[in-house]
Amino acid sequence: MTLPRTLEAALVIGRRDFTATVASRTFLFFLLGPLFPILFGGLFGSIGANVAATVEQPTIMVVASAADYQRLKEARDRLAESFPKESTVKLVSDRAPATRWTGPGVPPPPPPPPPVDGVLTGGLAQPHLVGSLSDDGTVAHQLRLIIADARAGPTQRAQPLTIKTISKSSGNIASARALTAHAGQALLFLLTLLLAGMLLSQLIEEKSNKAIEVLAAAAPVDAIFIGKLFAMLCVSLLGILVWGSCAVGALLLISNGSLAGLPAPALGWPGFLLMALAYFCFGYLLIGGVFLGIGAQASTVREVQTLSMPITMSQLLVFALSSTAAANPNSPAGLAAAIFPLSSPYAMLARAAEDGRWWPHLLAIAWQVLWLTLILRVAAGVFRRSVLKSGPRRRWFGLGRPRTA
Amino acid sequence: MLQQVQGSDAAVFAEDLVKEFGDKRAVDGVSLQVPAGCIYGILGPNGAGKTTTIRMLLGIIDPSSGRRTLLGRSAPLDAAREVGYLPEERGLYPAMTAREAIAFMGALRGLPLKEGRRRAEQMLTDRGLSDWIKRPIRTLSKGMAQTVQLLGTLVHDPRLIVLDEPFSGLDAINQEKLEAQIRERAEAGATIIFSTHVIAHAERLCERIAIIAGGKVAFEGAVDEARGRLRPIVQLTTRADSGPWQSALPASARRLGKRWTFELPEGGPEPLLKALIDGGAGIETLSIERPGLHDAFVAIAGEAAARDMTLGGAPE
Repeated sequence: MTLPRTLEAALVIGRRDFTATVASRTFLFFLLGPLFPILFGGLFGSIGANVAATVEQPTIMVVASAADYQRLKEARDRLAESFPKESTVKLVSDRAPATRWTGPGVPPPPPPPPPVDGVLTGGLAQPHLVGSLSDDGTVAHQLRLIIADARAGPTQRAQPLTIKTISKSSGNIASARALTAHAGQALLFLLTLLLAGMLLSQLIEEKSNKAIEVLAAAAPVDAIFIGKLFAMLCVSLLGILVWGSCAVGALLLISNGSLAGLPAPALGWPGFLLMALAYFCFGYLLIGGVFLGIGAQASTVREVQTLSMPITMSQLLVFALSSTAAANPNSPAGLAAAIFPLSSPYAMLARAAEDGRWWPHLLAIAWQVLWLTLILRVAAGVFRRSVLKSGPRRRWFGLGRPRTA
Repeated sequence: MLQQVQGSDAAVFAEDLVKEFGDKRAVDGVSLQVPAGCIYGILGPNGAGKTTTIRMLLGIIDPSSGRRTLLGRSAPLDAAREVGYLPEERGLYPAMTAREAIAFMGALRGLPLKEGRRRAEQMLTDRGLSDWIKRPIRTLSKGMAQTVQLLGTLVHDPRLIVLDEPFSGLDAINQEKLEAQIRERAEAGATIIFSTHVIAHAERLCERIAIIAGGKVAFEGAVDEARGRLRPIVQLTTRADSGPWQSALPASARRLGKRWTFELPEGGPEPLLKALIDGGAGIETLSIERPGLHDAFVAIAGEAAARDMTLGGAPE
């Protein structure tokens, strides 16, 4: 079959897959997918913050004269705004508050003392702390400052620092870019994993409802492979368009109609988004090709799960490699991640956030195109050999081993 | 046999096709020719290799060895737009409507989607099935879905129609309708190949057949030629119990009272009749019947294969 006819058949198959996926309930879940991590993140984040505020606040019992305790308590209250809210030490006195019982009968026993992390003895003259405290020294550091402030008294206190917040500083931009790099990588990884899984399910469904034979009788298996792969790419691009529009809309709302305040990635937003799109396409096509080749071997969902597990684990390793290298793209690990074809899209996306030069991206794209061609050819070959269990046995590869039709 | 129809004139030509799956040889040197415009049956019991042969002829799978041409093209998929194929295991997308399914199958064969939709509506309406047009496949019964798939096979007016076990799963009325459709398409000039393990369909429809058993072609040629391999059967009833006329009967003749059954001797009916009359048999009734395709199948493929054919029903 000629190339134009093959492409025409791929278009027919791809169009069917695209419309079937977009019109399905699965696509709605796919679109809602990013909301779940955000919702769960927000929910568990706020629960975690509350728990941290109530559980992690260290309590120190002060064994000292009433005057010393009072001065320490006042110093602690003055300095509290300088300490992290959830880990500011709480001071309690060893003396029970003097209350007179006015009720009838015998007064009830005093409430038990609160659980404490340490005991401060020796008053302001010779303070001595005993307790099970965290290794980072936060509590001891706070107590030193509180004791020093209590000794000096409120009149000796330094003028409070006046603060003016600006949106950009060199340190702030570097950390924002690192965050963009990590977020971009994580998004790319999750998306490709999700899409490759969807692609695989669709192939298995087609194999089980026997439609694959109808396709294979009318079009070359390469056309089926290309059609399916690119249909899912278009589905994902549609998803990205929807998510991107929502994200931009939300950011515009949050930043009062201006995105100028956001720290830009090294390539600038347009360049970064362009590269993100390109690396997403490459990342998906590389992994999708591998998954389709693998999926062609399987005929049941159970087989797919068995086969895709090692691939998913490898993908996680690839992601871990590129994620580790994201902080320093020029390190040996960063360069290795950029060169290894399956991790290259992730590593280069991180570089786009942190490095303003264009030539590494042009080089990486050429490199990825080369590998994409190679992997697609091999995967299409495996797909062709296995999807209808056709062709001679490939002892060297095992995966392409055909079975009875 | 292969010299009777020239390969270049044949709609389908195959020579020594072999297909091995691992250590198993599913098809072992199949050769056949299907002349353009004829109805051709591929007969064989379940597991004989019919589906694998069809898949190789259509280019769905590659043969391990051998060669084949489809409508004159050595790469079968090059002829895909002129071919309609109904696979044995029906494959439709459950969420698609009947109209979209038919149009999609046409689009795969190069028919523009818009035209495919128009023809699908027309075909369904012509068959009184207009209420199926917008119904998803998953809401149709198995027989209905099979009809939709058959229409999808025919929507682009193919020159060559290949039907793998088309009658399985259909009730008697729909089998009859399908037979009528096959004849109608053949009269319109299409070449039709179908596989079956039900001999009656082949006997009613086919001009030529291939009998496949154990992955090999046991017979390939005209239906009459297959029947011609057996002698006609004579049924004779006489008034006389015995006499010199008995010497005219072959040694294998079976007797039940005054009724005799035997194969017509080599000389034909006339010498037999003369000997019976001259010998005083007193012929009461005499009939000479041509053997059916089933008898020919038994003679060619053997009793075991024939038993599987009559018992057949499970997919290959």
